[in-house]
This record gives sequence, C-alpha cells and structure tokens, in this order.
Amino acid sequence: MHELALSRAILDSATEHAQGCRVRRVSVSVGALRQVVGDSLAFHFEILARDTVCDGALLELRRVPARLRCACGEEWELAELAFRCPRCGGADVSVLDGDQLRVESIEVEEAACTARR
Amino acid sequence: MHRTKVRVATDVLDANATIARANRADFTRAGVRVLNLMSAPGAGKTSLLERVLVDGLPGVRPGVLEGDVQGSFDADRLSALHVPVTQLNTDPGFGGECHLDANMVRSALGSIALEEIDLLIIENVGNLVCPAEFRVGEDVRAMISSVTEGEDKPLKYPLMFRTCELVLINKIDLLPHLDFSLDRFLENLDRVNPGVEHMLVSARTGQGVHAFAAWLGALARGEIEAAA
Repeated sequence: MHELALSRAILDSATEHAQGCRVRRVSVSVGALRQVVGDSLAFHFEILARDTVCDGALLELRRVPARLRCACGEEWELAELAFRCPRCGGADVSVLDGDQLRVESIEVEEAACTARR
Repeated sequence: MHRTKVRVATDVLDANATIARANRADFTRAGVRVLNLMSAPGAGKTSLLERVLVDGLPGVRPGVLEGDVQGSFDADRLSALHVPVTQLNTDPGFGGECHLDANMVRSALGSIALEEIDLLIIENVGNLVCPAEFRVGEDVRAMISSVTEGEDKPLKYPLMFRTCELVLINKIDLLPHLDFSLDRFLENLDRVNPGVEHMLVSARTGQGVHAFAAWLGALARGEIEAAA
C-alpha cells in the first residue's frame, strides 16, 4: 500500500541524479526483510514517471537475501522467519544484509540530456 | 545510443529519514519523548490510550498526536480526558496515505504545544504494513496486537513486529471465548523478534494497564531506549 510513496521517492532520487538526461533504467536493491511488492512498485513507478526524464524507464529490482549474525559469532542466511541463532538459540542477533531499499544506479542516455551534465 | 551508468546508492527513504531526524531533534530540544504507537485498525489503540490516560500518568504530562485517514473521532474521544490532542489527517492534501510519514508529523509540529508536555504519543494510522517503513521522529515504537486478530500475525507482518520495542497484546479478557493460543502467539513473536518486551492488557477491564502506564512513565523519564 505504501508502494506509491516508495515509487515517488525512487523517481525523485533517479530524476535528481539524471541531471536532465533521459533515464532508461533504474536499479533498486530490495532486502528480503522489507515488505515491498515489486509489481506494485513497478506499476506506480510507470505512472508517476510519465512526462518526466524517467518516462518509459525500466525499474529493475534486485532481491537481496537476509544475512544475520549472532553475538556468538554464527552467521547465516535467513531461509524462514526465525531470527534466533540456529547454533546457540540467542536473541542478540544483528542484520548484516537484507534490510536495504536503495536506488543503486541509473542508466542514462548521454545524447538525450536537456541540461548540461 | 550511448548509455552511461550513474551511481546513485541512495536509500529510498533517505528524505523521510532526514526529516524524521529533524523532528526528533526538535522533540529532544523541547524535552519531549516520543512514542510511535501502531496496530491494525480496531486493535484498540484509542481505547488503550483512553484507559491509560484517564487516571493520569504520575509525574508525566502526556500529549497525543492522532493520525487518521479521515475524521477526528479518536481525537474527540481523547480530548475529553483533558489531554492536549492534535489531529493529523492524511486525506487529500496529504494524499490519503495509509501511514504517517516524517513530513506529515513535521507539518503538525506547530500545532503541538510541546512546552506543555513531556511525552508525545503518536497514534499512527491503523495498518500493520506501511507505518513500519516510515520513521516519524519517535524515540521508540510500540504496537498493539489484539487476540481477535489471530496468533499468526507476527509471521504475516514480521517487519511491524520486528520494528517495535514493546508489543502489547490487547483484549485478553476475550481469551476464554476464542480459540486463540497465547503460547503459539508468543512462540511466533519470539521467532520474528526474539526477546522483545510484551505485555498482556485489556483496555476494557483495565487488566495490565498499570504496567503500560509504568512503561510510559519510564519512557518519559528517558529510561527506555530504542533497540536500533
């Protein structure tokens, strides 16, 4: 439901970095610990991007698995929803990876810039 | 056509996080601690606040910021308790959002009498998904899960259950009438947020409400910190 707000933020970020150039691709990494519906994100992005430099740009989502580390030193990839350490059963667990929602990069057309880069 | 890759590496919620930090700095400067209270619609956020605020919190001057998509039903209920209440609607003007974000709270800052309070409870829009994604400037987060919602909810909405420092389990007066297994619920909660503090409460009978009141008092005194 909040994908509309997220799409708007992705569009703002991509547009800012495009500096007037036409954007063909927006690459976003989505951690497994985020509750983001990819189809919904792409749907909202397509509509919001109309008549902007991102019009028609491909929104590319890369899913990142969750990696956790326990205070005991154990590291593992989260396969099912169980955040206790599989080795010692401890709860002092930190997230190493998989909680991001980040615009990683954009691909722009050099020859289609309205402003000087 | 020549294409160039431009590195961005920006958190999607960066803009929200920046405003949330500004809100928190303003609250801290005013000596106000802030709780972001979340739950599904109908879990009992307003009822529990009514119950805990009606007797007053010893040594604490609370205020409430009510987030709703529309209307001021909750704010009207709470203002009867002579607690300063500010209504914040997310309907057109804000886009009818299903959650509060940092900018919405920022827009309401001017109408909150920060000098009259030392604890601000932000009652978020009823929703178990979206509010979890948006920091609004709170010190800590709490959520209410009522027993009528079922014992599987921590597994269905893990982000919400993981993001909170306190989980209140409400409507426990109804337990004798339900098939709800409290043990199973606590097992599921422990899977997604091991060791998180929880309290059993009933806004209707008042059971467990004193513990929540004590927790709010500790929060107002700065004795409760966010885990992350």
